Amino acid sequence: MELQSNIPEYLRAIPQAYYLYLSATLFTIGVLGVLVRRNALIIFMCIELMLNAVNLLLASFAAYRNDAAGQVFVFFIMAVAAAEVAVGLAIIVMIHRNTRSVDVGLLKNLKW
Amino acid sequence: MADKLFYFLAFVTVLSALMVVFSKNPVHSVLYLILTFFSISGQYVILNAQFLAVVNIIVYAGAIMVLFLFVIMFLNMRTAAEDARKRNALIQLAGVISSGLLLTIVISALVRVDMAAHIAPAKALNTQVGMVENLGIELFTNFLVPFELASVLFIAAMVGAVLLAKREEGERNAF
Repeated sequence: MELQSNIPEYLRAIPQAYYLYLSATLFTIGVLGVLVRRNALIIFMCIELMLNAVNLLLASFAAYRNDAAGQVFVFFIMAVAAAEVAVGLAIIVMIHRNTRSVDVGLLKNLKW
Repeated sequence: MADKLFYFLAFVTVLSALMVVFSKNPVHSVLYLILTFFSISGQYVILNAQFLAVVNIIVYAGAIMVLFLFVIMFLNMRTAAEDARKRNALIQLAGVISSGLLLTIVISALVRVDMAAHIAPAKALNTQVGMVENLGIELFTNFLVPFELASVLFIAAMVGAVLLAKREEGERNAF
């Protein structure tokens, strides 16, 4: 495969497809957590898990193409995730202050 | 050697990610998530992204997870038992089935794709691609505008977080 010729020696032992499978699995575990759990904090952590799956995918493409742009993208995703966590946790604290719970099942006023 | 390391790290990553979802105690979830981030950092080192590995540990395992732990302790949650009581078995089953289907679809699509035909050929080998110098040059030339926009985003997030966390007049005082 042409893709394999320009990458470091040790990386040739790992097909890039393995990284795709690993990222897909991680992303699915994140989706599973969002669907199954009702604790808002756990759901938030599962979103972080999904973001990290995407980061891993971008880093793998950057490595197998010797392109620094993919790694810069990961850097930006980390920055956005940090901002998102700050705002999201503030929202969760506010919800807890008003309902004394972080159960998302209680927050159904915006349902319809 | 690298492939054995990959298998080990992938195993740790998936296992601790599953434990994040299925732990009863939120604090345990946070600790498993930190373990996941460390193993992902190991993957970054394999993938020649040394700077990202360090930043991942500092930003995620250091800052974000500390924030999570702080909020968990701040809220003093005793919701573990409550969470188990309110669980609906049918909804859980539906969640597991739909995410399993998602995984099946994505994996089966990935198995069929011919990567070499769709991706531009790799650039010349540069072992320093993940170092600070190379990434800095890339960040301050090709990605300067997004970099500046990120600072605006941070200011907006900071203002938003402070505004949201502030106690308002007339709000129900639950503490």
